[in-house]
Amino acid sequence: MTAPLLSVRDLTKTFPTRSGMFSRNKLAVHAVDGVSFDIGQGQTLGVVGESGCGKSTTGRCILRLIEPSGGSVVFDGKDVLALDAKGQQALRRDMQIIFQDPFASLNPRMTVGAIVAEAMTIHGLGADAADRRARVATLLARVGLKPEHMGRYPHEFSGGQRQRIGIARALAVEPKLIVCDEAVSALDVSVQAQVLNLLKDLQDELGLAYMFIAHDLSVVENVSDRIAVMYLGRVVEIADAADLYARPQHPYTEALLSAIPIPEPGRRKTRRKLEGEMPNPITPPGGCHFHTRCPIRKLPLCATERPEMKPCSAGHMVACHLRG
Amino acid sequence: MTGTPLLEIQDLHTSFRTDGGTVRSVRGVSLTVAKGETVALVGESGCGKSVTAHSVLKLIPMPPGEITAGRILWQGRDLVPLPPREMNRIRAREIAIIFQEPMTALNPVYSVGEQIAEVVRLQMRLGRRAAMDRAVEMLDLVGIPDARRRVGDFPHQFSGGMRQRVMIAMALSCEPQLLIADEPTTALDVTIQAQILDLLEEMKERLGMAILLITHDMGVVAEAAQRAVVMYAGRVIEEGAVDRLFTEPAHPYTRGLIRSIPRLDGGLGRHGRLQTIPGSIPSQYADPAGCHFAPRCPLAQADCLAAQPAMSGPDPDHLYACFHSPLEAPAP
Amino acid sequence: MSVGPAAEPAAPTTWQRFRQHRMALVGTVVLGLLLTVVLLGPLIWSVPIDTIDFRARLALPSAAHPLGTDDLGQDLLARLLYGGRVSLAVGLCAMLVAVVIGTLIGAIAGMSRGPLDAFLMWVTDLFLALPTLPLLLLIIYLFRDALTGLVGPEVGVFVLIIAVVGGLRWMPVARLVRAQFLTIREREFVEAARALGASRLRQVVQHILPNALGPVIVVGTISVAEAIIAESTLSFLGLGFPPDTPTWGRILFDAKDFLSIAPHWALFPGLAIFLTVLSINFIGDGLRDALDPRKVR
Repeated sequence: MTAPLLSVRDLTKTFPTRSGMFSRNKLAVHAVDGVSFDIGQGQTLGVVGESGCGKSTTGRCILRLIEPSGGSVVFDGKDVLALDAKGQQALRRDMQIIFQDPFASLNPRMTVGAIVAEAMTIHGLGADAADRRARVATLLARVGLKPEHMGRYPHEFSGGQRQRIGIARALAVEPKLIVCDEAVSALDVSVQAQVLNLLKDLQDELGLAYMFIAHDLSVVENVSDRIAVMYLGRVVEIADAADLYARPQHPYTEALLSAIPIPEPGRRKTRRKLEGEMPNPITPPGGCHFHTRCPIRKLPLCATERPEMKPCSAGHMVACHLRG
Repeated sequence: MTGTPLLEIQDLHTSFRTDGGTVRSVRGVSLTVAKGETVALVGESGCGKSVTAHSVLKLIPMPPGEITAGRILWQGRDLVPLPPREMNRIRAREIAIIFQEPMTALNPVYSVGEQIAEVVRLQMRLGRRAAMDRAVEMLDLVGIPDARRRVGDFPHQFSGGMRQRVMIAMALSCEPQLLIADEPTTALDVTIQAQILDLLEEMKERLGMAILLITHDMGVVAEAAQRAVVMYAGRVIEEGAVDRLFTEPAHPYTRGLIRSIPRLDGGLGRHGRLQTIPGSIPSQYADPAGCHFAPRCPLAQADCLAAQPAMSGPDPDHLYACFHSPLEAPAP
Repeated sequence: MSVGPAAEPAAPTTWQRFRQHRMALVGTVVLGLLLTVVLLGPLIWSVPIDTIDFRARLALPSAAHPLGTDDLGQDLLARLLYGGRVSLAVGLCAMLVAVVIGTLIGAIAGMSRGPLDAFLMWVTDLFLALPTLPLLLLIIYLFRDALTGLVGPEVGVFVLIIAVVGGLRWMPVARLVRAQFLTIREREFVEAARALGASRLRQVVQHILPNALGPVIVVGTISVAEAIIAESTLSFLGLGFPPDTPTWGRILFDAKDFLSIAPHWALFPGLAIFLTVLSINFIGDGLRDALDPRKVR
């Protein structure tokens, strides 16, 4: 087997916080707590979890938009966390990101043309201004916009169109990996499907790899080769997409799957309802983070010992004392 | 349906004056909600579903907003000409509303108990002590653990899902006959969404109220509503029982909407393509003569651009606004 | 498949958006007129500003003195035209100084987290808390002679006044810019620029600053008026230009004791300041809107 494009091992990120205004003892939020996964060339890893599970922080750590606290990130044979400024700049050409909010992620004072061309200017791509213009036109056409839209401003476009502009901006540097951070979550369902199809087409055409972050398992299933489920900063299960849906092992994955409303009125299912809410990430429960809400927990084991990721079948890993 | 419906909206038009011209957000919406039923008002952003719901309680800012035509019959009585004073008597006590963003809908400087008690005192003329007791009772009812202690907590001390429960407790504290739920689960995580939907269902059965559920999520419609009204570009384009709507959607837009939902067990995999509706929603200033959906419609013909189709259909419980609905074509 | 805003006219340019702001256009015309009159006026109306004529003391406007005279019988039109040069120059330059210093300090504070930010804000608060008048006295006392010796009395005082007035008015700008920077730097489009490899300078110049400028322009225009008034306060205390230099603020101050006898004396400089301030404020509003492509009117 060839080496994966991206290999993440034991990634951690802690944010310091203070417990109170006058309190001396500093606490830390373990936003990402020992996350490991691989993404192969031209592959998609879906990363799913509820808000506060650390999925977006993980994506930003890989791009070094946030400095990780520990662990290793190897991209294309290079140790990302050891790169100097120059190496980091080169990395920006290989890894890009698409954001959730198409209204916040485009500079309202720049034209669409300037937004897409900026990356080329930064990295000195294209022979001259005219060449860059031609490239922008091609990119806009590629994502389903018209070259004439170059002179317009972001506010003149709908949410889906803005997301296309964001995709064109990411493609401008010809990256190998794109982190899609909830890239379709803010879009209406019909537009969401258009953008998902566009992302799939681009992947097939350009051999892109995606790290596809979402809170919605149904969206992720339709784009991913493999899926990682996260809860409170940790990966609790990782498997091939089809396998994860057919044979979910972790009780949290089961609950996530069963919570999705199914658009078929006849099939109102018996929900495996989760009790309670996500615990405070500053003081997460000991042992398995999930044990406070887990329907199958076994005390005291689950409350005291952190479950390690272990294989339960080929390519399927789960972090649960009782499963796998 | 028996007798007068609880709420009957007839040909409602709501417009907003903006710098760029008049935006006709709602262009002739009619719908009914009967006692004890859950009606979903579905559509994508900008279709006018929220404006319709807010018009019922006259919660749209006027100006720039204005109800330009139509009637909103609440138990047979038209709310449109009602003076603000009388409207206030209907709000909360007869029709209550909960919003998408429970953080911004709660006042951060008062405890949740005080906020619920204020509504109760105002609307039900209860004393201070009795109102506070009522607040505790409501918090307990919506499943907030240890309600007697938490009644003095402030909104920021609650999580997103718990805040939405507080909002529901406040909305239901005066036992309204209709609850307007405006995207109540959109801001919540999926496991919490499931809890809130179950709570709404339970409350509905316990208090015998009706729910007008505004949502963009067809999955939520399927799980929570008996009837659905689908809107596109300010108009109702299809309505009917949820079961019918999902099994035989008549309007091409409804079909497209249902098909573009990514399915869990779709077996599509990473290389399959999702079905989409081409194009995007029309500009809010646009005012075509024909069907608003025609430019994106796979079935559109010349007549679609000339005139607007009215709501019709062979079955009075399933109506749609389309000249060329496949349902009308003889079965192959 | 192509989607997007189709058959609509192209986005208006900054100048087109500015032109649509009627009051800003009026302001531009008025300010332009004021500048022209002040620059060219003394060449045409060549009456000396300091001819004392006690027979025409406090004269009402007439053919010989279109705007009347003051208590020494000096021609007010000539004095206003000459004083306008000084007042407008002081107002505009002091505003520039305040905006540039304020933006610089605010931007540095807003971009640097931690100690530097805290230090800069501490300095800003210190300046806000300083008693202005004694400080002015001290600065002018210390530096006036040195500067006048260096570049001559007129220019020396001018530079000093601009430095002092502008240098004590940058704090609100700095606080505003910092606050804007703190929110805008967290916006996703700035993060996107970082992800594309944009340098810090590029992030600031291309992405953050243009989005922070709107409120700064408004505060800047208000500070023009403040500077014109501040200059007259200094003159009144004998710290500004020599008493025989007729700035607008100075004329206004001199006129205040004669308001009941000769209201015209105060009226015209007052009107000039009023028109200047108002037109600059309108221009500021227009500029803010014109720089924002989202504004369609």
